Amino acid sequence: MDGNKSALLMMGCPEVPVQMGIVLYLSNKLGKAGYDVTVAGTDAALKLLKVSDPDEHYVKKTMEIDQCIADIVEKKIDFDCCFAFMHSDAGMTYAATMSAISKAKMYAVIFGNNAEDVAETIEFPAEKIVAKAVHNPIPLKNKIDRAIP
Amino acid sequence: MSCFDNIKHEVLLESVSFREARKFIEEISDEVYYVKPGYKIFGDCYLVGVPPIALGIKGIDLIFPIVKPRLGTFVGKARNEKEIERLRENNASISE
Repeated sequence: MDGNKSALLMMGCPEVPVQMGIVLYLSNKLGKAGYDVTVAGTDAALKLLKVSDPDEHYVKKTMEIDQCIADIVEKKIDFDCCFAFMHSDAGMTYAATMSAISKAKMYAVIFGNNAEDVAETIEFPAEKIVAKAVHNPIPLKNKIDRAIP
Repeated sequence: MSCFDNIKHEVLLESVSFREARKFIEEISDEVYYVKPGYKIFGDCYLVGVPPIALGIKGIDLIFPIVKPRLGTFVGKARNEKEIERLRENNASISE
């Protein structure tokens, strides 16, 4: 991936443990590649993130997810790529929204016990990164490393 | 907290998939209009959804989807004639 670009990591509901570890991992990876990384999520997901990375080693910029959508619709911000994290229909729905309002290249990062079922419901253009991962992040990390060398 | 929490509304359906919510809105509404994700209603709420997003009108009530990241999609009903008129004026895609 090229440097000097912007990336959005859009978190879903934080109830599946692998999400937070993979968000920190991917943010670090993209930051080292020169990306300006922003992480968006619900209030609970952002609190988890800030407790996990208190000195902002891995994530420098965060946004509340609905504010992020509002700012993209109002053309105040946009991103070159968006990694939409999801393990449920609600996460897929947020990703579909982002696909419709943003010019970003979409990556759908799908995990959890129903990862394959959720992946089948995606109708928008996106590169799918799918792993049935709940507690062990390694299968999802490996898929991400294959998709983003 | 969703911006819809600030809007007085009645919940008609809760914790379903977005497609189930769309079908429900289409079935119970007198008029249905379709809008894109990001459509702004109630002043500062931006709709989240898989396009096309169905908005319904039943009498003087607007029927709309609310997506909650943890709980799934809800369907809400709110009395708001101004939003209904704006929807009718701005949208040609209609089924009655």
